[in-house]
Amino acid sequence: MRALYSRRLFVNRFNLVMSLLTMAFGLAFLFWILFTLFAAGLHAFSIDLFTQMTPPPGSKGGLLNAIVGSLLMAVMGTAIGTPIGILAGIYLAEFGSRGWLAPCTRFINDILLSAPSIVIGLFIYEIYVSRVNHFSAWAGSLALALIVIPVVVRTTENMLRLVPDSLREAAIALGTPQWKVIVMVTLRSVRAGVITGVLLAVARISGETAPLLFTSLNNQFWTTDLNAPMANLPVVIFQFAMSPYNDWQELAWAGSLLITLAVLALNIMARVLFRQSAPK
Amino acid sequence: MNLEIFASRPEAAVSRDAPAATKIAVRHLDFFYGKFQGLKDINLEIAERRVTAFIGPSGCGKSTLLRTLNRMYSLYPGQRAVGEIMFNGRNVLDPGIDLNMLRAKIGMVFQKPTPFPMSIHDNIAFGVRLYERLGPRAMDERVEWALTKAAMWDEAKDKLKQSGMALSGGQQQRLCIARAVAVKPEVLLLDEPTSALDPISTAKIEELISELKSDYTIAIVTHNMQQAARVSDYTAYMYLGELIEFGATDELFLKPRRKETEDYITGRFG
Repeated sequence: MRALYSRRLFVNRFNLVMSLLTMAFGLAFLFWILFTLFAAGLHAFSIDLFTQMTPPPGSKGGLLNAIVGSLLMAVMGTAIGTPIGILAGIYLAEFGSRGWLAPCTRFINDILLSAPSIVIGLFIYEIYVSRVNHFSAWAGSLALALIVIPVVVRTTENMLRLVPDSLREAAIALGTPQWKVIVMVTLRSVRAGVITGVLLAVARISGETAPLLFTSLNNQFWTTDLNAPMANLPVVIFQFAMSPYNDWQELAWAGSLLITLAVLALNIMARVLFRQSAPK
Repeated sequence: MNLEIFASRPEAAVSRDAPAATKIAVRHLDFFYGKFQGLKDINLEIAERRVTAFIGPSGCGKSTLLRTLNRMYSLYPGQRAVGEIMFNGRNVLDPGIDLNMLRAKIGMVFQKPTPFPMSIHDNIAFGVRLYERLGPRAMDERVEWALTKAAMWDEAKDKLKQSGMALSGGQQQRLCIARAVAVKPEVLLLDEPTSALDPISTAKIEELISELKSDYTIAIVTHNMQQAARVSDYTAYMYLGELIEFGATDELFLKPRRKETEDYITGRFG
């Protein structure tokens, strides 16, 4: 019995050590990436980054047009994708118990959720950019919206499914019409979760390069015209990092660090928000 | 809209001793969950301004019966009821009936407290706003009235703006009763309202039931036989979807007519 017990103790310790090692292995790369980003990007961080336009090679400049372009397109993409995503999520969770439409939609949404983003970029290129014959921020926003939708649909549906039926029944037992039950009771009780989903979608699109490469492309100059090609951080990083010019490469590092920090901030925000009102 | 059909019949105040009028008459009611028959030929009358208790072992159909009275089952495909439930001169099971108006007249409180994700004040105002347009002053009065009815006013008056979710379980349940009462229904259906509560909260709610019956017709499902004996005027004992015995609570508990009822209430079964 003694022997059996110490064997069990050994197996327990062995497994614990192994899982700690695998965790350390995974985290090491994560910190390595972060460390490299900070090491290479931090010294290029300056006020110029936020006040100057992307420069031609060999001269000083910043990333202002790319930052603003990225923000604009992320905002537009989210603004287009969020309402569609939330409404579709409501349909799936609240009305999707019968018929064939909901399971079909859910299946297609799952495919869209894991679709390579370059496919989405090509799709928008084919149906929009090639028809109007120029790249534009609108096309970029649409591509980003297509990435936002499935994420928001999924989180909205999952969150609404967490609402106990007893809460729905309680509202219905008062004689509440169904749309009011959804808007004022069920959706409201998972508000934080739905917003978290939207924030995660924003985090996801703020680093996407492929869908923008075929849609918004890039622009060396300042523009807020959504019908024109617009600079954005991911594509600028792609272009500058591949270039042979030293100052461009440094700006690419700074841009990468900037995106990483923004995504990190969004994720932390989403977590804090979700924890504040997680279902008790 | 069939508003007038649900309007109360005018009547004199009913004294405690007078034989009670029938509020809801259930006749030949069968209920099906898909192919499974959950209720078999139920016949009973729920007396006005009295408390009618439904007892019986788990799965006997007592909650099912309660959920047919306000057509709660209609939410779920595959569930259907056949027969007649007469309420204010209309058959509740009639497909043409306006469910929201029916539920305005027949309120329901559930086993688990279900406060809405809003303030205590708004929890109560929520239902009222569905049927009446009240100014802020009148709404405050209604909230106070409903909370007083539910013996909650003293505890809640200083935190009306706080979330209803932050209350204790017993307070949440009384908030739910206040919410149901605020709409001014004629009937209150209570589905095991105290099974999730501690003994003190339970005692408060039982006391509340006795007070509410002077204004409302109450039907309560309970697992607790002592509770049925304490709060109800009439008791129905159900088993496997059938109504075994129904009568005045005192008689049913003291000298049950059926052997099955006696076995159940004396604890030899169930």
